[in-house]
Amino acid sequence: MPRRGLLAYLPALTLALFLAPVATGLVGTWLPAFGYFPTLGGDSLTLKSWFVLFAQPGLGESLRLTILSGFLATLIAFLLTILLLAACHGGRLILVLRGLMAPLIAVPHAAVALGLAFLIAPSGWLVRLVSPWATGWQLPPDVATVQDPNALALTFGLVVKELPFLLLMTLAALEHVRAEERLAVARSLGYGPVTAWLKAVLPAVYRQIRLPLYAVLAYALSVVDMALILAPLTPPPLAVQVLRWFNDPDLSMRFVAAAGASLQLLIVAGSIALWRLGEIVVERLGRAWIAGGRRGGNGRITRLLTICLVQGIVALAAAGLLGLALWSVTRRWRYPDVLPSAFSLETWARQAPEVAAIAGTTLATGLAAAAIALVLVLGCLENEQRRGLSLTNRALWLLYTPLLVPQVAFLFGTQVLAIQVGIDATWLALVWSHLLFVLPYVFLTLGDSYRALDERYARTALCLGARPNRVFWQVKLPMLLRPVLFALAVGFAVSVTQYLPTLFAGGGRFVTLTTEAVGLAAGGDRRVIGVYAFLQALLPLLGFAGALALPQLLLGPRAQRRNLQAAA
Amino acid sequence: MSVVNLSQEHGLILSQVEIRHAARRLLGPVSLEVPPGEVVTVMGPSGCGKSSLLALICGTLAPALSGSGRVLLHGEDISARPPETRRVGILFQDDLLFPHLSVAGNLAFGLPPAVHGRQERRERIEAALAEADMLSFYDRDPATLSGGQRARVALLRTLLSEPRALLLDEPFAKLDVALRARFRAFVFDHARAQGLPTLLVTHDPQDAADAGGPRLQIDAEGHIPGGRPAGRGHRPA
Repeated sequence: MPRRGLLAYLPALTLALFLAPVATGLVGTWLPAFGYFPTLGGDSLTLKSWFVLFAQPGLGESLRLTILSGFLATLIAFLLTILLLAACHGGRLILVLRGLMAPLIAVPHAAVALGLAFLIAPSGWLVRLVSPWATGWQLPPDVATVQDPNALALTFGLVVKELPFLLLMTLAALEHVRAEERLAVARSLGYGPVTAWLKAVLPAVYRQIRLPLYAVLAYALSVVDMALILAPLTPPPLAVQVLRWFNDPDLSMRFVAAAGASLQLLIVAGSIALWRLGEIVVERLGRAWIAGGRRGGNGRITRLLTICLVQGIVALAAAGLLGLALWSVTRRWRYPDVLPSAFSLETWARQAPEVAAIAGTTLATGLAAAAIALVLVLGCLENEQRRGLSLTNRALWLLYTPLLVPQVAFLFGTQVLAIQVGIDATWLALVWSHLLFVLPYVFLTLGDSYRALDERYARTALCLGARPNRVFWQVKLPMLLRPVLFALAVGFAVSVTQYLPTLFAGGGRFVTLTTEAVGLAAGGDRRVIGVYAFLQALLPLLGFAGALALPQLLLGPRAQRRNLQAAA
Repeated sequence: MSVVNLSQEHGLILSQVEIRHAARRLLGPVSLEVPPGEVVTVMGPSGCGKSSLLALICGTLAPALSGSGRVLLHGEDISARPPETRRVGILFQDDLLFPHLSVAGNLAFGLPPAVHGRQERRERIEAALAEADMLSFYDRDPATLSGGQRARVALLRTLLSEPRALLLDEPFAKLDVALRARFRAFVFDHARAQGLPTLLVTHDPQDAADAGGPRLQIDAEGHIPGGRPAGRGHRPA
């Protein structure tokens, strides 16, 4: 069977497609970091660029901002996640949040950051709400609430964006550890709800969410788009600084940039190691705590506190997005008015031609990357099932590679490679670069549902005489229509979010809503930013809405008719 | 039963079948013979590898397990064939009707493509439904059927695929008592009428009693104390 032969090569092809660019990109970044880059006249290995790097003014401050915001954001997001789940296990709030999760994850980082910036800026919505009647501020106060010297705004933005991801991953993990039974046992032994969760469920769950957590840490330490909007810029966090060096007109700075990118990788690797060390310490302490046998209280205070915090975060994120939408249709909105005094669609009309082109690029790239990823992932999963393989822990690490290695640490090298292959600044390179990050998410989203499908359906179909390919198309795919479309929407959302890959692989020839929105953030008109950021948030949301509505449309009428007949 | 058992070549024959997980033997060696129209029952505690035995016969043994020995169906060794060409029908504890297809859609899935033309396929499906007193369920969503109706559709789907043998993996276990007896009779009647060699695994003694055929017991170690080797001169009595 030729198709089965093709299928057997798919996992290898998929791995090569997304690991080869990362691997060669790393090599292509580390070599220039040590002076080897023949194109720019570097043909011997030296440590010179490292000396230059460490002599850069502000490097220490950049590192401080990077590490502070990275660790703080990850820690807060993690603590909020587990406390929320511990305090509200099985509650209505979790159900509501589960429904909100997809849209929260779908909204690109940049849109969240821009929304928050509009909200918490000195002239932002929050200040306007209480001024001047409560604060007496006739003018916006002169404090840096955005781009503050300790990057707290960035930290907050990261928490807002990473909390839903961690929540979703933890909720998925809970289904693997028989949390209900563990909780029931602990509760029946007299443990309070929160304590029972922390002592009986968390140890099992933590093992499952370790990798996602590392991915969050790596992301927080090396984020660029959110940092450009929310973090201080003189000096900025390391990843932003590295990007600046890469874009420096003085080409010799590429060597320093490469060294900085390599330093970024070392920082992420070191931070993950440090986190792992922290895990070991906490595990020791936790064992003693569990062995101590304290039953804990009724958890009402924890519950109240986490609910308030999480609801506050969701509300802020939503308000930020609403603010973006409002600004895009504003004609005049003077400080300290709570609402615009005049509305108009002028900004939309003026931007329409450009917006349409940019949205088109975003849409086409996202759909292409998501569709390719879906085909590859479905092929891998089907191959896995037909051959009875299961994803090993090591394979899972490989899958997470593009999420653990900082983008800025390898995209330069990948770009150099793309130039040599001759696909630099082509649409192909753009889609491929997005694919690196879309693939892991599509795999993670679809894998569980695919494996959860009762394999006896496929066995029954085979025994009815259907060939494996027919079983795939006529049994598995229709039964998995919802998760498949959902994975497609996730892939699309991930593609829309990409900032650095678009910059590097697009070579300046391709502009997406994300690069445009972030580019405008520096000094642009709030109305124009509103247009781009709103659309940037809207596209992925439409994707999810489509993924939810399409099965209804496809199956709905038939199911309804059948139900009617059943009732008759 | 020897009345039906005209020739040693007919029916389903397992010869020295063994199932292993790595180096550990799960089951066997088992040799048994199921003549056409006969229902042979294999009984044993859960986890003794009963279901794996059926999976081995229809070719869907989990890849982690390895099977050896020969499976002969009407004189032909089918052990190396892919499941879709073995023509061995199987029914599980759950009906496993495809939820995205209507009742007719499910039956059409089972009907071989050799039955040509929309009209003829429709007639075959309607005939099958009519025979089970379910003609009016043609367009229904399986989700709207009762447990007993779903079980019957599952059997019809299997029978329409024109199997040469029928495997039953505790298909009665989830039905309530009254329904169980009726569905059991429905299945056995059809299997006998079509002359299908039928292998039933169960841990319900009543299933075995109703089946009326020979009974084999697997113990927890996967041995079959009373298991007879297949071959000329050895027939289950």
